Parts: sequence; structure tokens; C-alpha cells
Amino acid sequence: MPDAPVAVGSANQFVRIAGLKRYFDVSAPWLVRTLENRPRQIVQAVDGIDIEIAKGETFSLVGESGCGKSTVARLVVGLYAPTAGSIEFDGNDMAARHSRSDMAALRRRMQMIFQDPFASLNPRWRVFDIIAEPIRAFGLSSGKADLEKRVGELLRQVKLTPADGRKYPHEFSGGQRQRISIARALASEPEFLVCDEPTSALDVSVQAQILNLMVDLQRRLQLTYLFISHNLAVVYHISTRVGVMYLGRLVEVAPTDTLFRRPKHPYTRMLLDTIPDLDMTGRQRAPVAGEVPSPINPPSGCTFHPRCPFANERCRIERPQALPIEGGTVACHAIEEGRLPIEERSYAAGG
Amino acid sequence: MVTTSNNPPLLEVKNLRVEFPTRRGTLLAVDDVSFDIAPGEVLGVVGESGAGKSLTGNAIIGLLEPPGRIAAGEIRLEGRRIDNLPYEEMRKVRGARIGAIFQDPLTSLNPLYSVGRQLVETIQTHLPLSGSEARKRALDLLKEVGIPGAESRIDHYPHQFSGGMRQRVVIALALCAGPRLIVADEPTTALDVSIQAQIIALLKRLCREHSTAVMLVTHDMGVIAETADRVAVMYAGRIVEIGPVRDVVKHAKHPYTKGLMGSIPSLGVRHDRLTQIDGAMPRLTEIPAGCAFNPRCTERGQRCLVERPELMSAGASRAACWLHDRGGVGAPVARELVDA
Amino acid sequence: MATSSALGGWLHRVTDSDVWWSFKSSPMTVTAAAVTFFIVAVAFLSPVLAPHTPFDPATLSLSDGLKPPVLVSDDGDWTFPLGTDDQGRDVLSSIMYGTRLSLEVGLASVIFAMVLGIALGLVSGYFGGTVDAVIMRVADVQLTFPAILVALLIDGVVRGLISVQRHDEIALFVIVGAIGLSFWVSYARTVRGSVMVEKNKEYVQAARVIGLSPVLIMIRHVLPNVTGPVLVIATLNLGLAIITEATLSFLGVGLPSTEPSLGTLIRLGNELLQSGEWWITVFPGITLAALVLGVNLLGDWLRDALNPKLR
Repeated sequence: MPDAPVAVGSANQFVRIAGLKRYFDVSAPWLVRTLENRPRQIVQAVDGIDIEIAKGETFSLVGESGCGKSTVARLVVGLYAPTAGSIEFDGNDMAARHSRSDMAALRRRMQMIFQDPFASLNPRWRVFDIIAEPIRAFGLSSGKADLEKRVGELLRQVKLTPADGRKYPHEFSGGQRQRISIARALASEPEFLVCDEPTSALDVSVQAQILNLMVDLQRRLQLTYLFISHNLAVVYHISTRVGVMYLGRLVEVAPTDTLFRRPKHPYTRMLLDTIPDLDMTGRQRAPVAGEVPSPINPPSGCTFHPRCPFANERCRIERPQALPIEGGTVACHAIEEGRLPIEERSYAAGG
Repeated sequence: MVTTSNNPPLLEVKNLRVEFPTRRGTLLAVDDVSFDIAPGEVLGVVGESGAGKSLTGNAIIGLLEPPGRIAAGEIRLEGRRIDNLPYEEMRKVRGARIGAIFQDPLTSLNPLYSVGRQLVETIQTHLPLSGSEARKRALDLLKEVGIPGAESRIDHYPHQFSGGMRQRVVIALALCAGPRLIVADEPTTALDVSIQAQIIALLKRLCREHSTAVMLVTHDMGVIAETADRVAVMYAGRIVEIGPVRDVVKHAKHPYTKGLMGSIPSLGVRHDRLTQIDGAMPRLTEIPAGCAFNPRCTERGQRCLVERPELMSAGASRAACWLHDRGGVGAPVARELVDA
Repeated sequence: MATSSALGGWLHRVTDSDVWWSFKSSPMTVTAAAVTFFIVAVAFLSPVLAPHTPFDPATLSLSDGLKPPVLVSDDGDWTFPLGTDDQGRDVLSSIMYGTRLSLEVGLASVIFAMVLGIALGLVSGYFGGTVDAVIMRVADVQLTFPAILVALLIDGVVRGLISVQRHDEIALFVIVGAIGLSFWVSYARTVRGSVMVEKNKEYVQAARVIGLSPVLIMIRHVLPNVTGPVLVIATLNLGLAIITEATLSFLGVGLPSTEPSLGTLIRLGNELLQSGEWWITVFPGITLAALVLGVNLLGDWLRDALNPKLR
């Protein structure tokens, strides 16, 4: 079946997210609200995000729990519909009215890898069927023999064996299941993978195997990754560019080296301070006061201002815009006003 | 702090074996584990899932879930055996002399009682204090662990605290009866990164101030590097390396520890590939003969396949590896692995 | 050849499983299973095994009427081992055919309730919102009525709508429908709960990312994972369904006397109880009790055996 004509974007803007918002209505049921005179409650999980991902790069989105990064992942992949804003994939607006075949063609080119290796595979299906499902759904194989060949090849690509196809997920370890997840994601021959904390639930040594595998696959298959994580060390290792999220907003975006050596936003600096010192340089972790506020009632103006040592009156009232700086952007009044100097950091191994 | 004859260890674990009888045979989850903790020392017990570290901690607190049981070995606290105590006796030890902190602050606190009531109840169970004295002590503890507005929050319920605050309450609860030892099982794993740093700092400070020793069980090497004085690395139910934290982290002597440290992405240098240890930790039913790590070890030899190494001296630490024995590992044997 | 080795493989997996082991290690369960399967086997083989055909009027003779069971009778005649009723029908054969009928009605109504309940539970749990609210309110309302009343109500309505002869013809379907309709709620609720848990799991999200339709996802992905508890409910419901049918027949609103089930037999015998012919009511009663007890015990065991695995 020939692909219906779809637009092609520029390589630099392979994936383009603009003004993306997603609000969730978590109000009590109407009856309760009316009887108890309670207001509506909206969680602004994603509150205006702008990201551009170039073809072949790995863009990582970091932040703590509740910052909205997982929601962004699900928005990009189409599991949620945006409340506002747009997602463009290779020049195609994902929210526009496409024909069914166009939509399927677009979906085929992007897939997702999930965090929980135990919940992301249907426990009642054999591994073969799990991996074959996208191939069957998109009509990519020419018959049973071709299907078996494809699935076998995919299993080998993730360092499993074709015989593993006959087994059930519970017969595999966490790391192996994540490999099966990766094989399933690759089955439709996608160009873009959204990875939602794919190694967070794995042991450290298994994480290393999976990360190495993902880097290898990216090189070999020319994949583009949107990588969600809360682990800054992992992000440092594999990303081209990094975006830092806090309470639904992007506070800073920069190329990896720049972000880690010259962090600008106070929250970014705070996050970097929390990375444990495994090189035993004796660097003290500087714990920062306060906790992440509830996303139902975010602070006004710049949402970070209650915890920010550099906050002034303007920060309480006015939401900062993203300013272009040093190859990225930062949303901070203190930086804009020049109140906050940017220092160079080094993490060289000590003693 | 080094244990000497003048400074007897607070906790002594000797040849501990924890078994799980199942209908398919007996599974050995902790295999001949021995270590000491000196008074006031922080010992990290690190390992990946299935290594047996949590079970070791549970055995020490006396909270092994049946059918798991201590099959052999001794656990001594301040010289007296605690592994064979009847339930009532152990209950008195737990809380008064050993405190516990678990991973999930949500389930560690009873949601039906106020925080203050839980503290007071624990204090009065172990200490001869009156109600008002106990409440004062509880209040002081809450302030010590950094709960703002402790006077009013003491009567709040657990669900009214955030995750980090709850874990502080749990720490207060563990310390309230003045134990000499705290067993902390993954105390920061369920918390956000920024909160983790706060809680770790708090735990360190409090234990120093109260001269409480800590057995810190975790899979997170970063937490260990910052908090522990010594660290024991566990693999397949055994201790494979134990020594001062700086030595184990920066100059690991056991191939597994070396591989483990290499797998962790760090900020020092950006490598192309992380070191990876091929294969996976063996299941409890399939532990290989000889050295449990040998199928995955790039430096193995004939001896590793048949003889199980005990912990032996290796620089400032001890490692269970024939590489550090004068006899060596014997003729090298290549690995026959399929990737995990 | 391939199928026999597949069957052998499956059999091996079953006998090797935890469930089988827990079955073997409980003597009560094994006994219950044995009794139940014996009764079921005899009942379904009744055309072959029954010594008489009690519902063929041509074979009956009133002179055989009201004969007591052989062990208490004076003449030691084994022709009618458990005695006869006032029409000369052999009690033993009546029990066999009656049990078969009770089982047929029980199984059919359980299957009907199961299919209806699972379908509604799936839809309710997966789509949520208004659909869920409507279905659950209907379920709630229905739960306020005891199953017997619901069955009576449905049966009564149907009787009122069609003539007596037509009713006798389709009585079987009416009973199955009535009992089934009174039981679907427990399946629906259980399935709905499981569906609400499963639909947020990542394997369902993965299927949505591929772009599969909700119906396909519900049937292919979610359904296989929510049927575990259904099996337990079904087994326990079977006993209940049989009893309900027996009650309805006892009350005279179930199956007609020409095709008596165990309940009808008990009713027919009840009228003669006063005059001392106890065997006509007691033996069907014992059979009913043994069958339902066996099925219930099996259901209890199944619930406990599947539970640790579910955990």
C-alpha cells in the first residue's frame, strides 16, 4: 500500500513542539461539588512547552516527579490529546485531520518505550506475538515466513534469541523484558522513539547494558530519541541536548555539555548539586530547602520562586519567558536582568 | 572506626544463612554472611536486586517473613545473641535497641493515628516516661528532624505530610527510643532527587549526634559514597567485597565491584560506552559452583569454577576473589555467555 | 503428532503447577471433586445408565406406584432401588434425568450471566464516564432485589405475555434467561474493577500507541488478563444457580412437571411427605445437597488456589 503523501519538514525540526499544554480536571464529581460548594480543580501538568528535536539527536527531558515530563511523552505519542499547542512530526501537524491511512503512516514512524518492564508487556501473550503486533497492525509483512524472519531479526538485534519468542514475559528478567520492549518498539521500523524512563526500574549493571544497546541501535538505525529521565548522570551520558522541567514548564534548554558546565537557571544548578559524588572528590551536596509544590496550586509568576535564593518581586508576579542564550534557552528573570552570574563548573575526578 | 578488643563491635553477624523452603527445594538467599558494625559507624550494604541485602537487614531486625528463616549463624547485639530470641523478647529489642527505616514512608506510618500519637506510643513502649514527658520528647524529635511548625504538626495525620516530610517522621520514629543501631532499607529510593539529598544529610547528622550506628541497605552507590564509612558489596547472597568506602568505590578489588562501579554513569568524563557486565545475577536456584560470579568474570580461572573463595585481604579491604590469593586463579577459562 | 505433543506438554504444565499441587494436598477438595464429577457423569450419561425411562408414560404402570426403597421394603425387589412415586416412576431414574436437567439449566444460566457480565464489565471499565455510570446504576438497582425475586419477576412477566402451552415449550430458555439475568452483576463488577486496573498498565498504552481500536484492545489485550476471578465466581455461582432453579421449580414457577428437575421432584415428593412416603422427596434432596456442596467446595478451593498466584 503506497504511503499517502505527507509533508516533510526540515532535518533540524524533525519534531517540533510549540506551546504545548495539557490540563487535567481533577475536580470532585459534580454532585459533590455542588453540595459542598467546592471549586473546580485543574492540574496544569504541562503548561506551555517549546521543543525542537533535530533528526538523529537525543533530546532528554529531566525533572523530578510531578514536573510533567511523562505527560509530555504521552502527548507526543498521542496517548493524550493536547489542551493547547501543537506537535509537528516531520512537518506534519499531529492534531490536524488526517485520513486513517495517513495517521497510521505517521504513527508507524514513532514508537514508545515504557518505564516498567513488568507492566509494559501483556503477561498473557507470547513474546513472538508481542513483537509481531506492530508488524501485523501496520501490514508490514508479506506472510507468515516473512513475519517469523522479521521477529527473529528483531530479537537478535536486542541480543536475545529467536527461540525466546515462544516464551512468556514472566520467564524473563527485568533487563530482558526491557529488551523485548525495545524490540517491539523497533518492529514498525520507526524513526523516532520516545523513551519514558526506560532504565529507571533496572539495576545499575543492567541499566548499563540497556543504555549501551540503545546507543548502538541509534547509530545503526539512525534513530532520533526523546529521552525522559530523572537521573542526571544517565542524561549526561547519552544526550545531545537537555531540557529541564519544573511544574509543567521548561526552565532551561541547552546542549548537554553547556548545561552541565554552565548551568544557568537556579533550579538546574540545584538539580546538579544533588548528583551524588561518586568520584569521591569530597564535593558536598548542598541540599536545597523546600519541596516541589502541588501542581494543583502552583505558585504565581515564576513557579520556582518560593525555593529560589535569587527571587525578587518581579519573580512573584511575572512568568519569565524563554530567552535564547548560549545555544539554548532559559526562563529566569535573574539571568535576564543580569543579577545572576553564570559560573563554570567542573566535575573532574579528584584525589 | 575500627573494631578492636578495647572497642567491641556493636553488631556482630557470623556465618548468617537465610533459607526459604519451597516445595521445589530449599532456596538459599543469604549464604554465610559475616560482618561487624562498630558503635557509631555507618556500614553500607550495597547490591543489586536479588543479592540478599534486604533479607540480611530483615534477619537482623527479626522481621523475616515466613517461610523464610535463619537457618544458621549468629547475630549478636552488644555481645548478646538476638537471632534466637522469642517473639516477645525481640519485640523489646526492636525499637529500643535497633530502629528501622524502610523504603516506603507511606506504608511505614499508620494512616489512622496522628504522628504524635505514634511517636508517643513507641516512646512509652520502650522508655519509662509519663505521657507528657513522652510528648515533649516527641516534639523535640520532630524539631530535630526538621519538621517546620512541629507544635501543631505533631497532631497531624501521615497523609497531611509530603513524601519527604513523612520520611523525616519515620526517622524520628526510628530514633525516638534511643537505639544504638538503625537498619535503613532503601530510605531514599522512593523520594525525589532533591529530597534525597536532604534526607541523607539529615540521617548522617542525627546519627552522628546520637552516636547511632547505621546499617544502610541500598542499591544506590551514590548514597553509599556520601554516607557510609565502610561498605559491603553483596552478590547472590554472599559478600564479595568489604572495606572502607573510599577504597571500595575508587579502587575496587573484586571484578564484580569493578564492573558495578564502571556501569554507573558519572559526570567526570563522558565515555562512549558504559562498562557493562555481561550476563545477569544468577537465580537462587541456579547459583554456580565455586565463585558465584565466575560465569560473568573476565578474569576467571580454573580455580574459580570449583573452589568458593572466602573473604581475603586485598589492600585496605577484603575481597572474595582468588585473584588476591597467592595461589591465584589457575589457568584462565574463557566465558561462555549469552547476553542477559 | 504435533497436537498430541502439545497436549502432552500442556498436561505436563498443569500437573507440574502450583494449582495442581494445592489440589492434591487437600483431601476435602479431592473428595468434593470426586463426588461432584461422579454425580455429573452419571447425570449426563443418564440415557445410557438409567434403569427406567420415568417420563415416558407408556412405560409406567400405576401398580408400581409408591413402592418404598429396596432396603426398607419387604420384598427385596431391586427393580426400583430407591422406590417409586405415586405415578409409578422410578425415583433413581428420575433423579438421574432430573440432575441432568438441573445441571443444564445451571450451566447455561451461568454461561449466559458470564458472557453478559463480562461484556458489560469490559465496556464499563474501559470507557468509564457516562457509560460506566449508567451500567453501574442499573447494576446497583438490580442488586437491591434478591436473585430469586428477579427471576420470579422475569418469569412472571413472560408468563403473562404468552400462552401456557407456548410457555411450557420455552420454559427452559425463560428459566435460563431469568437466572442468568439475576447473576450478571457480580461478574460485571469484578471485571470492571480488573479492567480499570489493567487499562492503565503500559502494555495497554503500547497497544494504543500502535493505534489499535478500543474494541480490539479490550478483547485481545485486556480480556485475557481479567478472566481469572471470573472463573472462581462462575464455579461458586453454579451451585447458586442450581439452587435457584430448584427453588423456582419448587415454588411451581420453574420447569413444568413433564420435565422435572431436582427441584420439581422435591416439590412433587413434598406433597406426599405427609403420608409417610419420604423417599420421593428425600433422595432428590440429598442429591441436590451433595451436588451443590461439592461444587461450592471446589469453588472455594479454586479461589484459594488461584489467589497466591494472583498475588
